[in-house]
Amino acid sequence: MMEEFQKTLQEKFKIAESIVVRNELRVKLVREELLPLCKFLSENSFDHLSCITGIDFIEYIQVVYHLFSYEKKFWVVLKVDLQKDNPHVPTVCPVWPVADWLERETYDLMGIVFDGHPDLRRILLPESWKGYPLRKDYVDENEIQWGEVL
Amino acid sequence: MNLDAVDEAVTSSVFFARLQELTHKLADPLLNWGFRYSTWWYLFGLKCCAIEMMSFFAARFDAERLGTFFSSTPRRADLMFVTGPVTKKMAPRLKLLYEQMPCPKYVIAIGECAICGGPWFESYSVIQGVDKIVPVDMYVPGCPPRPEQFIESLQKLHKDIKEKGLRR
Amino acid sequence: MILNMGPQHPSTHGVLRLKLTIDADTITRVVPYMGYIHRGLEKLAENRRYEQFTPHPDRLDYISAMSWNGLYCQTIEKALDLHLPERVEYIRVICFELQRIANHLMFFAAYTLDLGQTTMFIYPFQEREWILDLFEQISGQRLTYNYFRIGGVSRDVPRDWPEKVSRFLDHMEKRMKVYHNMVEENEIFLARTKGIGVMKREEALRLGMLGPPLRASGACRDVRRDEPYSIYERLDFDIPILEEGDSFARYEIRMLEIYESIKIVRQALTQLPDEKIPDGHDLIKQPVKVPECEVYCRNELPKGEGAFYLISTGERPEGRLATEGGRRPYRLKIKSPAFVNLWFLDPLTRGHHIADIIPINSSLDLIFGEVDR
Repeated sequence: MMEEFQKTLQEKFKIAESIVVRNELRVKLVREELLPLCKFLSENSFDHLSCITGIDFIEYIQVVYHLFSYEKKFWVVLKVDLQKDNPHVPTVCPVWPVADWLERETYDLMGIVFDGHPDLRRILLPESWKGYPLRKDYVDENEIQWGEVL
Repeated sequence: MNLDAVDEAVTSSVFFARLQELTHKLADPLLNWGFRYSTWWYLFGLKCCAIEMMSFFAARFDAERLGTFFSSTPRRADLMFVTGPVTKKMAPRLKLLYEQMPCPKYVIAIGECAICGGPWFESYSVIQGVDKIVPVDMYVPGCPPRPEQFIESLQKLHKDIKEKGLRR
Repeated sequence: MILNMGPQHPSTHGVLRLKLTIDADTITRVVPYMGYIHRGLEKLAENRRYEQFTPHPDRLDYISAMSWNGLYCQTIEKALDLHLPERVEYIRVICFELQRIANHLMFFAAYTLDLGQTTMFIYPFQEREWILDLFEQISGQRLTYNYFRIGGVSRDVPRDWPEKVSRFLDHMEKRMKVYHNMVEENEIFLARTKGIGVMKREEALRLGMLGPPLRASGACRDVRRDEPYSIYERLDFDIPILEEGDSFARYEIRMLEIYESIKIVRQALTQLPDEKIPDGHDLIKQPVKVPECEVYCRNELPKGEGAFYLISTGERPEGRLATEGGRRPYRLKIKSPAFVNLWFLDPLTRGHHIADIIPINSSLDLIFGEVDR
């Protein structure tokens, strides 16, 4: 079943590479194909967005989406590579509302900007924090902001 | 009537100073006794040690028999248990809450996170020890310390107050 | 008017700040602010070896520490393709389900304390102390156990431990009646929770709720049934579902889950095989080196669906993506259910009074060590 789905995706969208490992279908794509593919997946019973991760591979940054289908019972893992000086990617909030805070957290800690997000600001760190901690070249220079009580 | 002049006359007079000393000598033991057997702690739980604080309040390790109870507002609390790591985001709020407690007040740092940063001492957002922000009177090690150690720390604090007197 | 429920509040279960926009006691909007306990666990994981990081997931959700510890060990074992002895799997499942009972008892105590009933706070603590005593006999700790190791458990259970567990289960079943009576005859509790914060099935599924609140709204989603792990396939248990979706249903479903957990532990105790399992000292002898892979492993934690996403770059020489010969993770992402469920505070409280925030907040069962990481 996973192989048929893989073929369907490869016919309909421009996919860089895809591989089937255990019960995961890992798909690598460009950012322009992300929203159309997500809409297609959510119409085909992939309604559970489990996790959004940002990874710093030093030369580039990668965003990973984990999607599960309770009907078909397998995972689809979407990976999008972004350039480090321009880490913009369209938001998937219109498709899966749960992505609201997952994307805010990825922006907060990794610095990936989600275009079209309703309210993209820091969530775990204070608003005045400088830098993105999960990047591999992060150096901490933040002090306690004594005036920031409310 | 010029109140400043009256105030200055009272504070610089030897008679009134002697009278103040005498009152303290007579009333201090009574105040000490009253204070140390009703130290109300401030309900401020940060992390895991707060659950041990709740167990300390529950029926098995009964905190109320020592005269303590929790106070949800800092204005009526005598004692603050700092039960978790203090992050850079939380530090100004903790200082504000500490300053809102009326004197005499005491701070007990519970657990490794409050003493030195604990397992997260290398983290970018944790301050290495709450004593960098507020003055601490007692350190209770453990991760998390057992509720019996809470009882022991309170008893040691009571003994301390009895011997050295209240902090003014 | 904007009202602030600051980071210190007796009923917010930890450090949560809420900015309420109210219109004379009716709430129009709630904005939660979090991050007061953010310790940077994901960055810390990149600087620790796999064995050294084992105590840290306990401190994420410190009320159900066994579950997170087990999930971490399960992720690494999935990456290494390790096959565990049967006895270890059964011990793990017994610990998971006992931890689920302890977590739901703590939820019950905190929920009723928030609504003002101190008696119902004291009663569940008695059973919870019994479970903590059982865990102390096997691991030595009361709250953050660090009992599981990568490849097994740190030491085998004492010989009389299974009998003590079954004695506890007999007592627990009788006590559940006491808890039911305390709630059913309490008008204030019923008035404050029935019909408050209703979320129907379609909305809950569309917006992405997790865990017991989702099952209280009518959707049957449970990782133990949908993607079984460990030995759950061999055990016979039901997944309770309720239809109402209000705060009372979110409380009642956890009471029903306690009954199911008791059933699971009873079955696991009868099926527990008798074999010699490796000690923690034996497991540590070989260093843990994970080859180049990525693993996504999820569990049904007492609060919902939690997951670890591990990326390892394997053994490679010093350079760009090197991680000390494959002994450290390159990236470890922690996905916690409380982080997702906290978002629901806003849609659930619209149109209610200020005093209704407390039962709604408590019924979602949030813990901020897990939200903030």
